[in-house]
Amino acid sequence: MSLNVNHIDKSFDLTRALKQVDFEVKDGELFGLIGPDGAGKSTLFRIMVSLLIPDSGSCTMNGYDVVSQYRDVRKIIGYMPGRFSLYMDLSVEENLAFYARVFGTTVKANYDLIKDVYQQIEPFKKRLAGRLSGGMKQKLALSCALIHRPDVLILDEPTTGVDAVSRREFWDMLKKIQGEGITIVVSTPYMDEAEMCDRVALIQKGTILDITNPLEMGDDDVPLFALRSDRGVYTHLDKIRKLEECRSAWLFGDELHVTLRSHIDASAVVSTIECWNDPSIRWTSITPSVEDRFMGLIQEEK
Amino acid sequence: MTVASEHIIEVKDMVKKFGSFVANDRLTFHVYRGEIFGFLGANGAGKTTAIRILCGLSYPTSGEIRVAGHDVYHEREKIKRKIGYMSQKFSLYEDLTVSENIRLYAGIYRLNRKQINQREEQLLERLGLLPIKNRLIRDIPLGWKQKLAFSVAIFHKPDIVFLDEPTGGVDPITRRQFWEMIHDATQEGITVFVTTHYMDEAEYCDRVSIMVDGRIEALDKPAVLKKKFDSKDMNEVFLKLARN
Repeated sequence: MSLNVNHIDKSFDLTRALKQVDFEVKDGELFGLIGPDGAGKSTLFRIMVSLLIPDSGSCTMNGYDVVSQYRDVRKIIGYMPGRFSLYMDLSVEENLAFYARVFGTTVKANYDLIKDVYQQIEPFKKRLAGRLSGGMKQKLALSCALIHRPDVLILDEPTTGVDAVSRREFWDMLKKIQGEGITIVVSTPYMDEAEMCDRVALIQKGTILDITNPLEMGDDDVPLFALRSDRGVYTHLDKIRKLEECRSAWLFGDELHVTLRSHIDASAVVSTIECWNDPSIRWTSITPSVEDRFMGLIQEEK
Repeated sequence: MTVASEHIIEVKDMVKKFGSFVANDRLTFHVYRGEIFGFLGANGAGKTTAIRILCGLSYPTSGEIRVAGHDVYHEREKIKRKIGYMSQKFSLYEDLTVSENIRLYAGIYRLNRKQINQREEQLLERLGLLPIKNRLIRDIPLGWKQKLAFSVAIFHKPDIVFLDEPTGGVDPITRRQFWEMIHDATQEGITVFVTTHYMDEAEYCDRVSIMVDGRIEALDKPAVLKKKFDSKDMNEVFLKLARN
């Protein structure tokens, strides 16, 4: 196992940030930690990378304990914190050289590993890191986290605030890095990114709700339907919610996604909808996406 | 939703240069009163630059721009009174309470004491925040903060509200509740000008524009754009436009 997290608890004053968090990550796995802001993702990451000590429980990284053997842990991990933490007043290449030297290596020795990422910012290597755009900063931070060829790469919300194109490119890069045999643990608030992971842990209010293959998360037996209409679906949202059979209804792109209390209810809903005088309505049974599944889980919590 | 044909924002050949760098390259578009207008683009495409000009915080290099009937060169203070603004990064004062934040912003927008008392009560009630009105903003969850920030931004009933990535980082349910609030605001006649990186949210807009390298490359209803770019959703439209 690359990473073992054993029954970790952590509180700040009266807030229980993590409650009995327990899971493991296999060698070479791309493991996602999915949850909204304030769920405890960053706290957990800071414990994993030896920057914070848990109140109870333990955590090992390739067998090294993150508290008693933190020096060993730090040598084998690469960590990209949520907040951009490179030196703004050093240039791109100076930042990279600095991180290489801190870990007792050189840029040249591991260049092949970062080549794909770094080449995209190399034309700007003389520019100060503080003057890079968001997407470029993120690529530099990833290069710096990789430059000592870590066994485990820990990325805390690397794509938050990043546009859809850069997000896609970033995940392509992660897949390649995984191909080099590096274990990756990554957190994100974007549900579509969860689909790119081998397994995901869903975290909400300091508790892990589920750990699973992203497409198997949650309760598979909840009937889910999509409602479409040429008149726009928002006008139908309130009406759907008022139906007795309806468990939940949410906007979902240009559709409404509706879950029902039981499979038997579906035909009753169809006949109700037919009375709404909107012939453009289409009502179809669908397979839940990761986002549907996650919403189902947190709704149960709420 | 019916949208009036009145142009609440009118932009013609807007250019903004920083030295030799052209951040906004002859932007021409308009926003109808009462619509939800999605202003999309990659990081660094020039969205924030344009929003700052429309909000009266920065002068354009050239172009004709009117916001809520006022000219952005000479009537910036008038514009500021008719708009609301909310960003993901900063919107409320962390070291003031829920109630203090509401009263501060209401005061800035020159509501009188009677209006403030009345509307504050209504607002707290509607958001379910009455029990925690004396809690510091820093101690309440992000989702509540964002909903409150939005309500504060439209507290003075502006003509237009500008929302800069309002839903970043919040959970998918809170994100959707937020969009329901946006829809409700349009029912009251408020025009919504919004940026987001969540492409499903682009579908909730009446019309969206997509900026690439300082220019508007596409502008239309989501359904029309999807058809035009032969894409199943707005994410695909965005990737096709922004990647080239």
